[in-house]
Amino acid sequence: MEHATHQLPGLMTRTEADLREIFLRQVESIPAGERIKRCIQCGTCTGSCPVSYAMDISPRQLIALFRAGELETIMRSRSIWICASCYACTTRCPSGIKITDVIYALKRTVMEKGYESKAPQVQVLAKLFVDNLMSYGRLHEGTLIRKYYMKTGIFKLFGFIPLVKKMYETKRLALFPKRIKEHRSLSRIVKKAQEIEMRHVPEKSEYLPEFVGYRGLGVMKLESRKGE
Amino acid sequence: MTVRYAYYPGCSLEKTQRGYDESVREVFKALEQELVEIDDWNCCGATMYMSVKETVSLAVSARNLALAEKMGLEILAPCSSCFTTLSKTNRILKEIPEMHRDVNEALAEGGLSYSGKVRVRHPLDILMNDIGLETVRARFQRNLNGLKIAPYYGCQIVRPDKTFDDRENPMLLDRLFGACGGDVVYFPMKVRCCGGMLMTTFEETALKLNKELLECALNNHADVMVTTCPLCHFNLEAYQGKINNFYKTTYNVPIMYFTQLLGIALGLPAKSLGLDSSFIPLGGKINSLAEAHYA
Repeated sequence: MEHATHQLPGLMTRTEADLREIFLRQVESIPAGERIKRCIQCGTCTGSCPVSYAMDISPRQLIALFRAGELETIMRSRSIWICASCYACTTRCPSGIKITDVIYALKRTVMEKGYESKAPQVQVLAKLFVDNLMSYGRLHEGTLIRKYYMKTGIFKLFGFIPLVKKMYETKRLALFPKRIKEHRSLSRIVKKAQEIEMRHVPEKSEYLPEFVGYRGLGVMKLESRKGE
Repeated sequence: MTVRYAYYPGCSLEKTQRGYDESVREVFKALEQELVEIDDWNCCGATMYMSVKETVSLAVSARNLALAEKMGLEILAPCSSCFTTLSKTNRILKEIPEMHRDVNEALAEGGLSYSGKVRVRHPLDILMNDIGLETVRARFQRNLNGLKIAPYYGCQIVRPDKTFDDRENPMLLDRLFGACGGDVVYFPMKVRCCGGMLMTTFEETALKLNKELLECALNNHADVMVTTCPLCHFNLEAYQGKINNFYKTTYNVPIMYFTQLLGIALGLPAKSLGLDSSFIPLGGKINSLAEAHYA
């Protein structure tokens, strides 16, 4: 695991402070998001996760690293992209932490900061999914899968021929995407929502060296019990 | 009693998973419930979207809720992913007022607004909790004759929030098919994740997850696995050949939507339930049940 170099022991670097700010903003938009403070490091999340065996950083470690001021290490991991959001960890966490949503918040932090991910194919799929939705208003699976494999490995596409044939035979193949009628109105909604989203992004953050650990969490709303 | 629902089929049910769409419509018709498709619904954004932009994904999903609100009906969403996404949007808007305000500001651009009052329902919930097992049981035409059924609930209808069944050991499918004369087998992996979109992004991981599910069903002698989710269905059915190639196995487990099997029990014609859209032959037992109807 790479460690960010600190200027002083226990102090966050500029990058880390920036990341923490973005991440905490994302966490605040989760109902009961502040419960991330209550993690007791029991590992129930990792034990419940059906894909933790394939992760380089386990769900429990994600929270430990965040507290320790190592968000940057998380940004470069492939773990968060393997999460299939099955919510097994979230339902079992004895501290009521919404781990799946925390992972979503981490994903959005990576996207916002533009980090290069160790699993770029996930971002490719996410971007194509969004494009697909924007163009038609509904998802056209055929277009999505075709474009995805054209970007990530065109030869795999040939492997789909038998499946496509079967789908055609069972009348399950939609050849062309269909656009919703009020497509323009949907685009306007999306454009507005993007504008609103940007409002919450501060133009420039001020860097005040801060200690890692719980102290940096002080800015969050304390222990509201909503959502329980 | 006839109840009307705002039907939200979702993108997969439009074509690739027509078996689910057709069987939901038929079963609800047989039980005298009216489904009115939401006019011009859009994709809910599914799980992918949440990882990109939050306000945008909530607004996209809330457009459907706003459309249903205009109809004054509860939403019926058979796809587990749509069900969770729409429910989650509801919950976030309810708990974070600033977000609700932001989303409404965006919706206003499309001439819509949403108060937050629409309930999002899954067909299994309506069948068991509104219509009730007794009423459904009274309509049974055909005994499932001890057909061995592995009930696979998947993740998103029981998690993350406590919805309409237990999160660790849901029982509604077990009770429903037990009442039809089916033999619901022990299936400890009933809520284990199938990997969802991982089949595209981390194929090996997803193949392993699905292999374990099929293995568990077979070890418990299931004739068929019933699902409630188009993505689980697709992963388990369309990728079964790939799993066999990868793990050198010979699985040939039929995968059905719970509404398809319920339709058979209700004596509905096989064709109207989209059974002809299955990739894996449904096997003698199910076929004879479905065909016996014509005799």
